[in-house]
Parts: sequence; C-alpha cells; structure tokens
Amino acid sequence: MQVEGYQHRHAGHCESGVMSALLSHQGLELSEPLAFGLSSALVFAHFPFVRVGGVPLTSYRMPPGHIIKGLERSLGVRITRRRYRDPARGMRELDELLDAGRPVGLQTSVYWLPYFPPDMRFHFNAHNLIIFGREGDDYLVSDPVVEHPQRIARADLEKARFVRGPFAPRGLIYFPTDVPQSVDLTHAVPRAIRRTLNINTRLPLPVVGLPAIRRMAKTLREMPRRHPDPRYQRLYVGSIVRMQEEIGTGGGGFRFIQGAFLQQAGHALGDERLHAAAEAMIAAGDQWRQFALRGARLVKAKQPTAQGFAELADELLACAEVERKAFEALRSTL
Amino acid sequence: MKRDEVPQYRNRVLAGARKAVYAVDENGEIGAVASTGWEVEEIVTTLALDDFRLHADEALARARRAETSPLEYHMYAQRMDLPTLAQSVGLQRWRVRRHLRSRTFARLSPALLRRYAEALGISVDALRRLPGQ
Repeated sequence: MQVEGYQHRHAGHCESGVMSALLSHQGLELSEPLAFGLSSALVFAHFPFVRVGGVPLTSYRMPPGHIIKGLERSLGVRITRRRYRDPARGMRELDELLDAGRPVGLQTSVYWLPYFPPDMRFHFNAHNLIIFGREGDDYLVSDPVVEHPQRIARADLEKARFVRGPFAPRGLIYFPTDVPQSVDLTHAVPRAIRRTLNINTRLPLPVVGLPAIRRMAKTLREMPRRHPDPRYQRLYVGSIVRMQEEIGTGGGGFRFIQGAFLQQAGHALGDERLHAAAEAMIAAGDQWRQFALRGARLVKAKQPTAQGFAELADELLACAEVERKAFEALRSTL
Repeated sequence: MKRDEVPQYRNRVLAGARKAVYAVDENGEIGAVASTGWEVEEIVTTLALDDFRLHADEALARARRAETSPLEYHMYAQRMDLPTLAQSVGLQRWRVRRHLRSRTFARLSPALLRRYAEALGISVDALRRLPGQ
C-alpha cells in the first residue's frame, strides 16, 4: 500500500525537505528553499556553555521544529502534531493515517535508521523523514536527504521513533491539515526576511548571529593558549565544520539554500533587490566553504599550530564580514 | 558555488550515497545538485568517528584489566558519551558514572541491565561481555 501520487524529493536539509514534500503533496507547491526561507530558519549560533560530545554546540540554522512552526506562521497552514507515550499506539496511529492515504512526517533518530551509511549514524534524535506507504512489515520511507525512497522494517522504525535522550522524538508524527492553495509572497517574503534580520543582527546576545561569529573567531585565536590539548582543539574545529557542511545543510551552512530562497522570491515578485541579496548570500556560503576548507586542513594536522589558528580566525572574520554585507542587502529589500 | 565546482569526491563516509547541495548553474539559477561528497566532510566526520573509536579502545584495554566495566566500552562503541547514555536510559549522570565502575556494574539489577542494553541496542548478554570473550 502506497499513498497515491506521492513524489519523493531529494533535499539539502531534512526539515525543510519534509515540509516542502508534504505541502506540495497537498496541493501547495513549495520548493525546499521557500520552505527554509519563509520560516526564517537561517542563523549562526555558538553556545560555549552547551556541550555536545565535550565541545560547544554550533548551529547554522534554528533549532529542530522551527521550520514547521515558522511555516504555520507565515503560510497560515495548520500542522497536526502527535506524540506518544505508548509505542504500540504510536505505530497503530501511523498505520491508520497511511491507510487513510496520508503521507506523514516523523521525527526519528539517525542512529537507528539502517539505510543510513554506517559512518553517518550518530545519536542525533531530531531527524525528519516521511513515511508514505507500507508493504507487509516494511514501511516506505521518503527521507529528504537520501536520493531515492527507502524501506525500513517496522521494528527499526519503532526503535528510531521512540529512543530517549537529547531531543527525544517521543514518536512525533505530523501532517498539514488546513492547507491554503496559494501563498501571498508579497507579504510572506518581507515578513520572513525581517525576522531573519532580527534574529541575526538585533539580538543582544553574543551567542547568536554576527556577534557570535566574531566571538568564535576570538576563541579560535586564543585556542592554542587556552586549550593546549591537540585532541580537544581538533574536536572543536572538526565539530564546527561538521555542523556546517556535513549535517544536512545543503552546503555552505545553509547560506546557499537561503540564496536560492531569495532568488525564487525575486523571480516571483519581480524584485531586483532580492536577486542582489541572493548573490550576497551565495557569496557568504562560498566564504563559509573557504573557512571549512581551512578548518579541515587544521584538523588534519596532528598538532595544529598557533599560526594555523590565527589564519582560521581571520577566515572566520571574513565570514562575519560577507555575512554582514548579505544582511545589509537583505535589509535593503524591505 | 558554481554547479561545476560541486565536489564529487566520493566521500568514503557516504558509502556511495549522494547528497543534495545547492549551486549556481550557467544561467545564474540556484538549484540542488547531487554530490558524492567533499573531502572536507570526510575529514571532519572521520575525526568524530575516530574519537569514539579511540575512547572505545582505551575503555576496552582498561576493561580487560578489570579497571572499568564493559558498559564503558559498549557506550563508546555505540557512539555515545556519558551525558547521551544517561539521557538515553533516563538516569542521573552520577549514577551512570557509578555504574561504569566494574564492581558496581557486576552488581547491577537485571532491570537496569536491560535498560542499558536497550538504550545501546545490544543484548544483555553482549552488554556484560567484551568483544572476543
């Protein structure tokens, strides 16, 4: 049994990919970049006091669930969410929704998805995917970050939905209910852009946005003195780069997806300023990739040097600078 | 990034899978392109995996000398650290830290052993043993 007419889409990021596929299936054609941009998901955040695997948490997008919530706000869709204490009930209700012909979004743990490449399986519990059918004891999976649809055994899916730990999914399933048949981009786009600007340039906290980038550059510069342990140094830099390039970002720490959003909005609204902002955003993504490249070189050395850290910090300050310009271009579209 | 600059490095950690990355085509349009990965990603992901492996090897050596429990080895072997394991079994960190000691571990109740085994995705039997035993 398979939901009729469901189309798998390969995406750069799981949450925006799931929302794009679910809404498009229900008649509101929405590309992944629009899902990402309209929910104002772009950010840079670095929390020195929140540790993951012993190093500070770094993120290039808003926390899990933000895209779903942001789209409710900007598109006026309603998303029904259900969490379960009892796994058996969580599986039964999934079956019922599938039987009713609905593709369903689920939160799962990457570590317990057998179709993931073994080396990519970490304990990240906020991975989004779509189940769009069932055959015997197998479910049909449309995982946006995977090129083609997959299958997963019932027991494996249950495990992935009901793990405990950080971001525990508690069996979360979600699906859009009230879906408008079109979006008024003339209003939604400026609102989303204003929100992205507020998050990244106006928060008085040095853990989010441009100030956070500059502060991380300072941390990197002081690293050889403050944390002489090369094992910590390499893990720290490795984690920043991994979050930027490897963990479902569509490349360039989501800056390329944001650029695509601005370009598509520019086409739809016929606004040249949005195209200019798109280019500035792409330039930011390119600079972040330069940073990642230098970071990877530093990590590759068994013993990173003070010189290496100084150069990496400079590269990061350059990121802050192009990003500032990108936000300036964004502001000029309002 | 231009479309023809999208790395096709055959990143080993992707094991042949392709991911979607966004790039600019010759007409200036930005769209998703399938990529076999970038060297940078391979370096940083391998680093994260190696760190778990290193911890697991160290724990294994100590567990063989009975200086720590098999639980510590299995924790790292399943790519967890102490905070993740504690949250996954629903215990306070200090309790898990105690359970990592080999003498405390040997006295754990069957119920607690089951919880650990389930969180780690291995059998109780495997949890009490070390590889090659």
